[in-house]
Amino acid sequence: MKKVSKSPWLLHYDASSCNGCDIEVLDCLTPRYDIERFGIINTGDPFQADILLITGGVNSQTESVVQQLYSQMPDPKVVIAVGICACTGGVFKECYNIKGGIDTVIPVDVYVPGCAARPEAIIDGVLEGLKVLDEKQAEMEKQKGGKRNG
Amino acid sequence: MAKRSIIPFGPQHPVLPEPVHLDLILEDETVVEAVPSIGFVHRGLETLVKKRDYKQYVYIAERVCGICSCGHGLGYCQAVEEVMGIEIPDRAKYLRTIWMEMSRIHSHLLWLGLLADAMGFESLFMESWRMREKILDLFDKTTGGRIIHSINQIGGVQKDMTTPMLLDILHVIEDLTAELKPIVETFLHDYTVQSRLKDVGILSREDAVTMGAVGPMLRASGEPYDARLLGYAAYKDLSMEPIISTGCDSYARCEVRLKELFQSFELIREAIGKIPNGPVNVPVKGNPSGEYFLRIEQPRGEAIYYVKGNGTKFLDRFRLRTPTTSNIPPMAEMLKGCQLADVPLLILTIDPCISCTER
Repeated sequence: MKKVSKSPWLLHYDASSCNGCDIEVLDCLTPRYDIERFGIINTGDPFQADILLITGGVNSQTESVVQQLYSQMPDPKVVIAVGICACTGGVFKECYNIKGGIDTVIPVDVYVPGCAARPEAIIDGVLEGLKVLDEKQAEMEKQKGGKRNG
Repeated sequence: MAKRSIIPFGPQHPVLPEPVHLDLILEDETVVEAVPSIGFVHRGLETLVKKRDYKQYVYIAERVCGICSCGHGLGYCQAVEEVMGIEIPDRAKYLRTIWMEMSRIHSHLLWLGLLADAMGFESLFMESWRMREKILDLFDKTTGGRIIHSINQIGGVQKDMTTPMLLDILHVIEDLTAELKPIVETFLHDYTVQSRLKDVGILSREDAVTMGAVGPMLRASGEPYDARLLGYAAYKDLSMEPIISTGCDSYARCEVRLKELFQSFELIREAIGKIPNGPVNVPVKGNPSGEYFLRIEQPRGEAIYYVKGNGTKFLDRFRLRTPTTSNIPPMAEMLKGCQLADVPLLILTIDPCISCTER
């Protein structure tokens, strides 16, 4: 990645993770990995977030929360599933309360595997997400421009 | 009379890394009642014993929680070993103790960071988490994983620690002892920290005992109880006194956890000094039959493990009572009468681990 086109703000939500990936996400913010050098801030507010970072598989209780957070975020937005539970359900796949990965509820753009996903992998995932964000942005502008011309 | 209003708190909230929901009933700014509702992280993990055999289930038990992962693995393995009558080698017991204490250090540093963050003390948060990285590096070096270690197995531990690894641990602990001093100074004597923590969230000794508070929460109310005194793993050979404080407030809870960091350093030093040579695991044959109750001290307090085997390779039942489960009723009590602005901080002082609680 040559340059970062935007300083995206993250929204982190724990769908039903074991905490392992959550503390690794928080770890990305601390001096060792310091994701802030890319201008990335962890925000608690969905209305100001560009990237939704979700850990853990979806269960019946968190399903509506995930959908709500996704709908509250402004376009363009990117969803990153962190950890194998968020990707597919992981070791908890056969549990009675787990629906599966995040993509059973909302569309996912980037998958970060690992149990727990290492901070390096999460940062890499966020940077991949930035590329998707750029594409979505370009797509949006194209559509807008098309309307104006027409 | 002031008008009552209900403020929902969570499940997605900036101060909480994990989802928990509280209904706060307020009279003006004062909390009259707090009604917790949980279930956001419930996965139904205990039923997996029917689908995974008792040796595979160790990996599931470790994933009950990412922060207390080492302890859950240890608790489950120890309970199954008791059912099957397996005596594990002494070296394995010491290794388990060392890893357990390391996980306590990492958990407490994590909590201190979160507490600082909740107070808006950003640099203190960064500093605590920077130190925590050193312990995670040690885990990475000795077990191969930063968060989930998968090091315990039924019959001992999977890997041995070499002498250079043990020396490395001693070096890091020495560094941390020196580096922690200024942080301790800030947490205990800084004016801002004191004004946020002192006399906030009082839990009297009687309340703590009758409501079943555990761990640092109980010890900060002056009750000298620590499940490590039961002498599981290698704790019976090590000398330790439970750390107590009689302050009963948030400040006391912070103080107890800070002092426990140094206690863990001492325990690791003593364990490394006494560690015997020999094998680290024994072969396991047959299937568990019978039941066993076991208590161990997790970083957050006492956890109870129950295992019931029926002679096949699948267990009948695995049950876990986590420290946060028993700390929630005292928390709800503590929240009564506090200011709305103190609520996030008070929830943090019990060191909640929702993932453990809901499984």
